[in-house]
Amino acid sequence: MPNEGSKNRRSILVQMETPNLIPERDLGQIPVLQAEHLGIDFGGLTAVDDFNIAMGPTEISGIIGPNGAGKTTIFNLLTNVYKPTRGTVLIDGYDTAGKSMVQVNKMGIARTFQNIRLFGQMTVEENVLVGLGNSMSTHLLHDMLRLPRHWRQEAEFHDQAMDLLGIFDMQGLAKTKAGNLPYGAQRRLEILRALGTHPKVLLLDEPAAGMNPNETEELMENIQKIRDEFQIAILLIEHDMNLVMGVCEVVGVLDYGKIIAKGTPDEIQNDPRVIEAYLGKQGVN
Amino acid sequence: MQVTFLTQLLNGLQLGSIYALVALGYTMVYGIILLLNFAHGDIIMIGAYISWIVMSQLGLSPVLAVLLSVLGCTLLGVLIDKVAYAPLRNAPRLSILITAIGVSYLLENGAQLVFGADAKVVPSFIDTTSINVASLQLSPIALLTVAVTAVSTAVLSFLVQRTKLGKAMRAVSEDMGAARLMGINVNTTISFTFAMGSALAGIGAVLYCMAYSQATPTMGVMLGTKAFVAAVLGGIGSIPGAVIGGLLVGFAEVLVSAIGLSVWKDAVVFLLLIIVLIVKPTGILGRTMSEKV
Repeated sequence: MPNEGSKNRRSILVQMETPNLIPERDLGQIPVLQAEHLGIDFGGLTAVDDFNIAMGPTEISGIIGPNGAGKTTIFNLLTNVYKPTRGTVLIDGYDTAGKSMVQVNKMGIARTFQNIRLFGQMTVEENVLVGLGNSMSTHLLHDMLRLPRHWRQEAEFHDQAMDLLGIFDMQGLAKTKAGNLPYGAQRRLEILRALGTHPKVLLLDEPAAGMNPNETEELMENIQKIRDEFQIAILLIEHDMNLVMGVCEVVGVLDYGKIIAKGTPDEIQNDPRVIEAYLGKQGVN
Repeated sequence: MQVTFLTQLLNGLQLGSIYALVALGYTMVYGIILLLNFAHGDIIMIGAYISWIVMSQLGLSPVLAVLLSVLGCTLLGVLIDKVAYAPLRNAPRLSILITAIGVSYLLENGAQLVFGADAKVVPSFIDTTSINVASLQLSPIALLTVAVTAVSTAVLSFLVQRTKLGKAMRAVSEDMGAARLMGINVNTTISFTFAMGSALAGIGAVLYCMAYSQATPTMGVMLGTKAFVAAVLGGIGSIPGAVIGGLLVGFAEVLVSAIGLSVWKDAVVFLLLIIVLIVKPTGILGRTMSEKV
């Protein structure tokens, strides 16, 4: 953050039972997303408890867990939609405490939503532009009077929007109303809109929900492509095991608001605690 | 007969234009924060008093009166939002609705306290001699009203459709939470919406004073209610809808008066509302609101 001294930038030591899982290439850099002892209570209910994470700048991680385990709540905590009851969140080393949702976005975190929340009455391009121009309220005069600066900016934003749409080959749909897109395309557009805000870490809330196996396959490739091209970290929540196991380097398993296991996809798939959370306790035999 | 009809048509267009300008303010604020801003009509009343003060009390030029009325209304609208509505942004919708009613009473009774309950005569802004075109006598005020409304609506549409601020406004009106998470400054966007709606109310105030040349503390009540009806008729939240609704209400009133039933004109407007709500509850251009999960 340019307006804050770099003295505020820090790395917290995330205490975990398991060794730090940051991929080797990202070691030695300040983790882009860190959370320590993060938790929230709703009334008497502890929805999330003692959530810890440290993500390298180009890491792809996933959180899996049964319905109601608190996965989306974690996203809401990380993006300051909910104010945490306990714990700390650092984005790129800066504390998000007391920041607004807008400020947190500008610090470098962007997300998609489990139930798609596009601006359905606006065109595909406009949706991306909203993400791109997050200093929207300025330059009204330039806009109204169509001064040269307006046209330059307009052209620049248009090019950027088209580049983004190109990631998913959606340039041809630029003038379509977002609400009229097929479901899979809406999910893809939501990812692009979030990418437009130039995040350092992208949160994907069930990106494969409602997609067929082919679309899911394509999505996996695209998630990797986005990471490689933009050099950002991606944290996703998913039910689709194939996707999580195929694309994530680190997987955390959430049950009743607590991370019960964490490791590489291979480790997780063979972890008895995970099998228990998903399938119930095994009988003695 | 034809001449009378054309004159009445122009009258309807004039009255409808004023309703349309006021309805735009209702519809924009509703579109963005789902608030029925009951104080909107009273902002017009304040605008009328500003015109009266500037011209009648201070003896300054009509041009200055227009500018100060529009500016005053704009600032008042933003101020009302900041003081009364912004602190309740996350409160239940009913609280903010009741606050709007409170602000409305505050403005009406405040005006009565300061200016008294009697009507103040607002001097005429322009030369009101009729213009004769063929056998038609055209009122310059009517022509000006229609022209100003057309221009204001065009500027507003341009602003909402083609500027970055307009995109932000549409984004916030669709999903405030998602807009925040995409980095849009929601409070600034809402302030601009109030500013624009109230500026239109200021223009409406001036046009109203040109036509009826008086200011009373409760003048905003019926005007506001009719404009609200117009906004709902057209489909609340829709900008073209507000204009269509405003013109419809204006024409309906003039038509009813022209056939000699002027005592019934208010009743007809509300009857029109009831019929539209039965046939098409979302209004003429309204879109169905999908429930947010």
